[in-house]
Amino acid sequence: MTTDATLTLDRLREGDALPELAYDVSATTVVLGALASRDWRPMHHDYDFAVNRNGTRNIFLNTPNQAHWFERYVTDWSGPRGRIGRMIFRMQDSVYPDDRMVFAADVTQVETDAAGCGWATLDVRLSVDGQVKTSCEVRVALPVEADDNPWERAGDAWRPRPAA
Amino acid sequence: MSGEESRMEELPPEIAARVGQVWYTEETTFEIQSGHIQTSCASVENGNPIYWDEKAAERITGGPTAPLSMISVWFRRHQWAPDGVSEQMPYQIHFDLKRELDLPEAIMTHNELVFGVPVRPGDRLTARQSLASVSDPKRTKLGVGRFWVIEQEYTNQRGEQVCFESITGYGYRRHGDDD
Repeated sequence: MTTDATLTLDRLREGDALPELAYDVSATTVVLGALASRDWRPMHHDYDFAVNRNGTRNIFLNTPNQAHWFERYVTDWSGPRGRIGRMIFRMQDSVYPDDRMVFAADVTQVETDAAGCGWATLDVRLSVDGQVKTSCEVRVALPVEADDNPWERAGDAWRPRPAA
Repeated sequence: MSGEESRMEELPPEIAARVGQVWYTEETTFEIQSGHIQTSCASVENGNPIYWDEKAAERITGGPTAPLSMISVWFRRHQWAPDGVSEQMPYQIHFDLKRELDLPEAIMTHNELVFGVPVRPGDRLTARQSLASVSDPKRTKLGVGRFWVIEQEYTNQRGEQVCFESITGYGYRRHGDDD
């Protein structure tokens, strides 16, 4: 992403699919991600510990770094004025070096809240070989028109939880 | 209820009395800096200009900010420190409950993050970790144990909420471990 061109809410429909993002995971991906998220635990950099102590088949991506992968995937699509309000993760399995992880998502809801903020809810999946490893529901605020900017919202104008 | 479940039926009163209570309050121990933010962005090839271009950050977010998903990163201490206080476990209550309820295995099943005002370089953050609930004994395919919900509220130096986090854990004893 090199510009601040931003998606606006009026261009979205429920059921829209986001473009997929595929990425080949290496040991460097896992170690760099763990250290960048200050996670020093050995299962994210020590093959022997991961295999012989944890019983996994290799070192694996840590959760905070996966969260950043999800954020990057969503904001690549939304543009920089997209502002994430809520993320709900469900971890199902690990991601290892030599996996090709694929991010995909669908728009499940499009709404404008009582404060006038536009929201899209996304069902995002991280899959390897067609098997979902982590799923994440993301609620992201999007401009309702070209000169709107969700980052300018504060106090009661910023409602990251959906209305009950 | 099976024998396995009935053996752990009563929640210890010292745990029950602390449901709804803050167990830990922690403050950030190092400065939140743009170099650290960019290292994290590089690890996932996040080219969002608000993290790389000062003018874009000023125009869009009113100045530099950190990726929202980095919230837990700011509470991960150095691996070593001269005062001898090094890494603490994130979600410490999760590990406390494993020990105090004698449930040797545990997984995190659900994690919710709700974001308030953005975190900016130079912020000093505080996290308050509380135990929201502990379930009755539950049998799953993994074993027999309890689900618990841990909540963590993060605020900045002005007392503004930057994030609210809720984590569901399941501590358990594998089937047959008591036999």
